[in-house]
Amino acid sequence: MRWAFITDIHANRQAFEAVLADARAQGATRFALLGDFVGYGADPGWVAEQVMTMATDGAVAVQGNHDEAVAHGSMPGMHPDARAVVDWTRSQLTEEQLRFLARLPLQAHGEPGQVLFVHANAFDPSGWEYVQGRSEAVKSLHASNARVQVCGHMHEPMLYHLSGTGKAGDFKPLAGVPMPLPGHRQWLVIPGSCGQPRDGNPAACYALLDPAKSDLDDARIAFQRVAYDVEAACAALRATALPPQIVERLTRRLTLGE
Amino acid sequence: MTAPTTPTATHSPLEAGQVLDGFRLEARLHQGGMANLWRVSRVDGTDDGVELLMKVPRIKGGEDPATIVGFEVEQMLMPQLSGPHVPRFIARGDWTRQAFVVMERIPGETLRPRLDDAPLPPEEVADIGARVATALAALHRQHVVHLDIKPSNIMFRPDGIAVLVDFGLSRHEQLPDLLEEEFTLPMGTGPYMSPEQVQFVRSDPRSDLFALGVMLYHLATGERPFGQPDSVRGLRRRLYVEPVPPRAIRPELPPWLQEIILHCLEVKPEKRYQSAAQLALDLREPGGVVLTARAEKLRVSGAMLRLKRWFFALGSEPTPVAPGGEQLARSPIVMAAVEVDRGTPELRAQLCETVRRIVQTEAGARLACVAVMKINRIGIDELTDQHGQSLHVKQLIALKHWAHPISKALNLADGRLTFHVLEAPDVAGALVDFARRNGVDHIVMGARGASTLRRYLGSVSSQVVAESDCTVTVVREPASPQSPG
Repeated sequence: MRWAFITDIHANRQAFEAVLADARAQGATRFALLGDFVGYGADPGWVAEQVMTMATDGAVAVQGNHDEAVAHGSMPGMHPDARAVVDWTRSQLTEEQLRFLARLPLQAHGEPGQVLFVHANAFDPSGWEYVQGRSEAVKSLHASNARVQVCGHMHEPMLYHLSGTGKAGDFKPLAGVPMPLPGHRQWLVIPGSCGQPRDGNPAACYALLDPAKSDLDDARIAFQRVAYDVEAACAALRATALPPQIVERLTRRLTLGE
Repeated sequence: MTAPTTPTATHSPLEAGQVLDGFRLEARLHQGGMANLWRVSRVDGTDDGVELLMKVPRIKGGEDPATIVGFEVEQMLMPQLSGPHVPRFIARGDWTRQAFVVMERIPGETLRPRLDDAPLPPEEVADIGARVATALAALHRQHVVHLDIKPSNIMFRPDGIAVLVDFGLSRHEQLPDLLEEEFTLPMGTGPYMSPEQVQFVRSDPRSDLFALGVMLYHLATGERPFGQPDSVRGLRRRLYVEPVPPRAIRPELPPWLQEIILHCLEVKPEKRYQSAAQLALDLREPGGVVLTARAEKLRVSGAMLRLKRWFFALGSEPTPVAPGGEQLARSPIVMAAVEVDRGTPELRAQLCETVRRIVQTEAGARLACVAVMKINRIGIDELTDQHGQSLHVKQLIALKHWAHPISKALNLADGRLTFHVLEAPDVAGALVDFARRNGVDHIVMGARGASTLRRYLGSVSSQVVAESDCTVTVVREPASPQSPG
């Protein structure tokens, strides 16, 4: 049974479709969708509908900060650009879709006790603090007994590990290289953003996990990169009613992956 | 194949006859500081004639990060490795019961006892070195730096192939480095540790070439180049104190061997051989080794120079290195197969220009220029006489002349440009064999025209393209406009 971890889709239909096709071609049968389904991109309705369908079929889905913001509507203190995106995104979603986003859990478990899914971190899931480095990673790993934690929120792929003696390490993974995750350590997997990569490579990120078959075997993780039709995603953004300066910034970000 | 077994407490000593996860402990072969080695067999008898070895870490008092993490690294890396130069990984044990690794057992001794026989004859030192360098080249291609190369971690298969063992300190470029955060002291074995390892760099494949240089020095002279330091301060001495040249200890050693050994022992990695394959090439073809000032040195540099080096080594930080794989990819062995006495001058010029472009693009590239003297299958005597000797020299001179535009345009100092004249009845076979033996990455050669006859009979270049394992570029003479296709 192969898991696919997909996070920070950000209403990018083209990226999400390409990642799903790639994950299925790689034999993934279980899906964990780690939040921030909407916000930024041109197709929040299509992406939300797809996530709802997948959740009905057994996929794990947790809430991200953008999903929460869109579900609750814009706040007075928000940055005007953020408010514009939230308001426009809400206008694209049905009541049912908004309800779905509002009711998403903040965290969920895969194999019980083995894998924890949470959008930002495990120590304060609703505070949305970023796992920017080892110290936050250690804090997050300490907050749960799960052997593997999978987080989104950070858009760059990263792998953290914590030994029994409290030594932590980090590793910038190479795309397409399967890595064993020895079981006597805790691991924190950040697959990287599907719909808005920011590490200088515009290809969509996701990760594949093969759980350990027995206690004589290691789970294996592979960070993947999938090329998708960035031009189409940008064209879709230009066709929306979003303010031009926002569209300009978002298309630039998608094109450069920054 | 995971027969449920009774959990074994980690601290209870293992005994012969005991069964762990389907493996029966037959006999203890070795009791080491870090691990015990057992000969084991599968309880269900599916050994397929492969002798099995079980390595069990000695966990002292339950908490010894060095042993635990080193073993964790070995468990993580061994299943990733393949090929004849590493023991085949079979299985591993679960940490909650009893940690172990089961692997193919390599019969025989390690290279360690041979140190007691040192000094060995230069030819034997070179032969051992070449085999180990070939094994290192295979390991480095798999993105792994061994970082603990020493005689006790080297074994040989019955056919002479070198096998590297013990990956407890190794670093896999594409996997997290579990040891990175673990230690506050440099990791490695004192006498063999490279200067950059002393400075905590764990990602440079050239560190293994330094360690191999230490080993070759010891085998050639009977002495250790840097002694056996037992403090970090002692280890740091190799950053500024150079070893006594091997020929100062044993004047009868050939200059080429001293050249190779001191080339491995350069303090800065960028001054060493740039790949294990390049080192293996020199050890296998001593006649082609370019002798520099290193070869002639008979005493260590003066006190002033040492003082200067010591000063610069104070608080020196290692220069950041490119990831091992990248450094390796930038250090290919390019082989130019040149027909010095046949073909047209235009073709030879075209070949020269193409080779220059290829070598220029890679900073660490090594160029081996090869010519083949075709000899009769029988009656080789013709070439061993005075006339044959002069033919050989003539070929060498012509080869160097051919390469002159390249050596003039590019700075291929420090043995990065070598010349080899082979003698063989089958030209293509000799080229393919040379490339394979020496780990050549790219063969560049000319194709002599496209005559109908050649098309029917097959050409040397097409045979090389068909039979070699590496990239082959076939250079053609620019077609003159009136010539038919």
